[in-house]
Amino acid sequence: MADQFDLECRNVVKTFDDFTAVNDISLAIPKGSFFSILGPSGCGKTTLLRMLAGFQAPTSGDILIKGASVLGVPPNRRPVNMVFQHLALFPMMNVAENVAYGLKRRGVDKATITQKVNETLARVGLPDAGPKQISQLSGGQKQRIAIARCLVLDPAVLLLDEPLGALDLKLREHMKVELKQLQHEIGTTFVYITHDQSEALVMSDQVAVMNAGRFEQVGAPQDLYYNPKTAFVAGFVGESNRWHGTVEGGDDHKIEINLASGGKVIAKRDGQTNLVTGQGVDVFVRPEAIAIDGTEGADNSLSAKVDNVLFNGAASSLQVRELVTGHEMTVALPQTGAFASVKAGDEIRLSWSVEQTRCFASTEGGAGA
Amino acid sequence: MSKKHGALRGSLLGLTAIAGMVAFTSAAQSEELRLLTWGGYAPDEVVELFEKETGIDVEVTLSNNEDMISKLRATGGGGFDLAQPSQDRIAGAQLEYGIYKPIDLSKVDAAKFIPSMLDATKTNTTVEGDVYGVPHVWGTSGLIVDKSKAANVADYTDLCAPEVAGKVSYRLKRPTLIGFAYAMGLDPFAAYGDEAKYQEILDAVEAKLIDCKSNVKTYWEGGDALLNLVRSGEVVAAMAWDTGGWKLNNDNADITFVAPKSGALGWIDTFALPRKTKNEDAAYKWINFVMQPEIAAKITASAGNFTASKGADEFADAKLKAQFQGSFPPADLDNIKWYPTVPAGLEVLEGKTLDRVKAAQSN
Amino acid sequence: MSKTASITGGSAFRFGLLLLAMPLLLWLFLLVILPHMDLFLVSMRERISYGKYEFSLINYIEFFAEPLYWNTYVRTAVMSIFATILTLVIGFPVSYYIAKVMRGKGKNALFLMCLIPFWVSELVRTFGWMILLRESGVISNFLQWAGIADGPVEMLYNDAAIMVGLVYTSMLFMVVPLVSVLDSLDDSLIEAGYDLGGNAFTVTRDIVIPHAMPGIASGCIVVFMLTLGNYLTPNLLGGKDSLWFTEQIYTQFITRFNWESGSAFGFLLLILSSAIVWIGLKLSKQTLSETVG
Repeated sequence: MADQFDLECRNVVKTFDDFTAVNDISLAIPKGSFFSILGPSGCGKTTLLRMLAGFQAPTSGDILIKGASVLGVPPNRRPVNMVFQHLALFPMMNVAENVAYGLKRRGVDKATITQKVNETLARVGLPDAGPKQISQLSGGQKQRIAIARCLVLDPAVLLLDEPLGALDLKLREHMKVELKQLQHEIGTTFVYITHDQSEALVMSDQVAVMNAGRFEQVGAPQDLYYNPKTAFVAGFVGESNRWHGTVEGGDDHKIEINLASGGKVIAKRDGQTNLVTGQGVDVFVRPEAIAIDGTEGADNSLSAKVDNVLFNGAASSLQVRELVTGHEMTVALPQTGAFASVKAGDEIRLSWSVEQTRCFASTEGGAGA
Repeated sequence: MSKKHGALRGSLLGLTAIAGMVAFTSAAQSEELRLLTWGGYAPDEVVELFEKETGIDVEVTLSNNEDMISKLRATGGGGFDLAQPSQDRIAGAQLEYGIYKPIDLSKVDAAKFIPSMLDATKTNTTVEGDVYGVPHVWGTSGLIVDKSKAANVADYTDLCAPEVAGKVSYRLKRPTLIGFAYAMGLDPFAAYGDEAKYQEILDAVEAKLIDCKSNVKTYWEGGDALLNLVRSGEVVAAMAWDTGGWKLNNDNADITFVAPKSGALGWIDTFALPRKTKNEDAAYKWINFVMQPEIAAKITASAGNFTASKGADEFADAKLKAQFQGSFPPADLDNIKWYPTVPAGLEVLEGKTLDRVKAAQSN
Repeated sequence: MSKTASITGGSAFRFGLLLLAMPLLLWLFLLVILPHMDLFLVSMRERISYGKYEFSLINYIEFFAEPLYWNTYVRTAVMSIFATILTLVIGFPVSYYIAKVMRGKGKNALFLMCLIPFWVSELVRTFGWMILLRESGVISNFLQWAGIADGPVEMLYNDAAIMVGLVYTSMLFMVVPLVSVLDSLDDSLIEAGYDLGGNAFTVTRDIVIPHAMPGIASGCIVVFMLTLGNYLTPNLLGGKDSLWFTEQIYTQFITRFNWESGSAFGFLLLILSSAIVWIGLKLSKQTLSETVG
């Protein structure tokens, strides 16, 4: 049973003095999947990754790779390899030597090394890069060499520590796709950590959203986006308009909420039986869920004045201010031509359905969006 | 080549001129005597008394024989107004480098000197009819012995006895060669004029010193290092200066200076004028000042050695006098071998001998 | 018209540049080139009699003819190389510990502790070692007290004592460049080395040392030069058989008044140190500019 998973964590805890960096994490990653751990900086994701690689030992709990516990196994004996944040290519060696390094350590004979290095370089699309110096490579090429250096060892799991962070935007977008494709081709299990939700959503089969040492929610990207289970996930994954309010009433399907800024919205209950009248809640609505000049009789509607039109092609949006309360919101502006005439100062009618409205019990301080 | 050299000299001269101007401005402020001497020969007390009496500032630079010659050689006899080399090291250096200036004996108060010492020094420091030195402080080198542990060390060669193996020390310098030669029954001073004969003596001494090497704990370099070795008991017999022995005697009655059977080696430090002295008058004033018996006694107290000042004995410290008499019974006093002037060339021979001793393996 | 203006402008600029370079040129000429030229000229002459000199190669011939000088020369070189290697072997783990293992305050404190001995002069440091090593010294007494030795133990006046003194005196000059070069090594490179299957030995050999090579080379050059030219330590700690070439130069200049052969020896020492540094750089595949820069 257990060997269906390439990597498993069981109740892993890591504390530094009186600070708990990783708090009771359990996860199981199926063979061949792309698994991301998404969280803001300082959430403990790097510590978790370093424990998987073997650079740090958990305070308690167990880590299993291919069904066998690796507690006490040093990094150089674990069947996992890591792509470091700044790639950590060895500048004193050329590309081929970098890729061959791990094979040499294993005592593989020279002919096999040469053959495997060439194969791997071809696989990452840089068949002629072998004799080059690291400093001669571009950012994206370095990226691929760093991955090739690990892949040549056929690791059970490849760990990636925000490897796209240092690249410029355009290259990063490109590499996202390339990484996903590469993983798909070779079928190695990837564990990818990042604070960039777009990277996680685009590439992953499964994403774990991590906050303050815990997993808030683990699921497919669509799941996280459309069915966030906590206020943190709702706020952290994707854009959201957010209000604070108190529960006034509702039934098994809906909750009526009085907003702190005035007005009233109806949100989906989504099985949250713990929300009772008078309780403080956070309400989230995605910008693209809001219809401009929507049909009459929608579940939620309000009038607003346009502050700014933010044109960004398909991702264009409006910054609006509710007429009554002055609450600021962002609304997606579909580029279908229907709203081409909307400009700053216009008054518009906004509406959205209950299904698109989520509320969660307020957390103190709240999570950043 | 020569033209290049000329340019080089020219730039050097320019530099010297700048340095000279700087020196001139500072000299103009007050009269100054720049004294190149040994530790203890110009104690603060005496310097203050002299400044009070004459208004001349004294700037003291401490040195030793080799260093004095090197310093004066480098400047062609400049930088100092009065120097105090040993009497046997003046004539050779003067012939070779011309760093000194004859003494005008009329400006020196001869009545203040012990006549025999003044005459001996004058003879030894005469070059081409001119006298280059007058005596100041004298002393001897011989043996420092811890009587409780090495009672039978009475001559230099006794340092090689098996009873004191590993507990003796001497310098690898010319006095050691001379001392051992006398202890071996040879007469090196008599052979000064005969290079071949001197070389024979050196060869004999060399063999002895190499043979003796395994007995030596270490060849000492600085006087203080030696005193430490003896004081701590690591060394029980050593070749050294008389004052060192008396200094140790103050702390430990067992340790004292012993005049060797073959005779202690006597040295006299002199006054000599560097060729480019700037303040000759002050130099003569200093000579006449420090040769006064009361002042000379103060220098004896500070340096530990007696001076050539007539009548200074009366003012000398009683304990030092007692130590001196203990080390030098009358017969030993007559037996002191005074260094004659070193002829040119001998130092090279001695140097090679010393090199070979140093290079020889001790076991 | 405009041409003349540009010419005068150019010469003014060049004059300004010359003025700017003046201190360096003066320093180079007066303090480096001039003394060495003089040293060279002195070394090429022979004393005939009082104050008379002639051009001759006798001083150099004498050096090669006299086995003592030769032995001292080779011995000094070999011991200096050995002292340099020893300093590196001791200094490297110390530097690695300071640069990579220690963090924050402890790091600074440890670095400072390496520096403290250098607040006093070399003479005082050497005397400190003499107090420790001598027969009536601290270590000898401790060994007797602990019952390990029956009688006083003399640890001074031999080549091992010289080695201790030289390594101690040179340590800082090895540790400073090593710490700074190891500080610049990204920790993740070391981790990557382990992650890809390396062990402590291979990571040190393949990653840490190649990265630290410029620091190792510059540390070794400085330590070697200092050791080769050291006079005080071999002189005070060394024994009756301990020959050191600088001692020989000192003797020639100061006690023998033989400036001619002293200068020749000085020049030979300069050639020796340059040659060994050059060979060292060649062997370690470093360039001088990389090492100094």
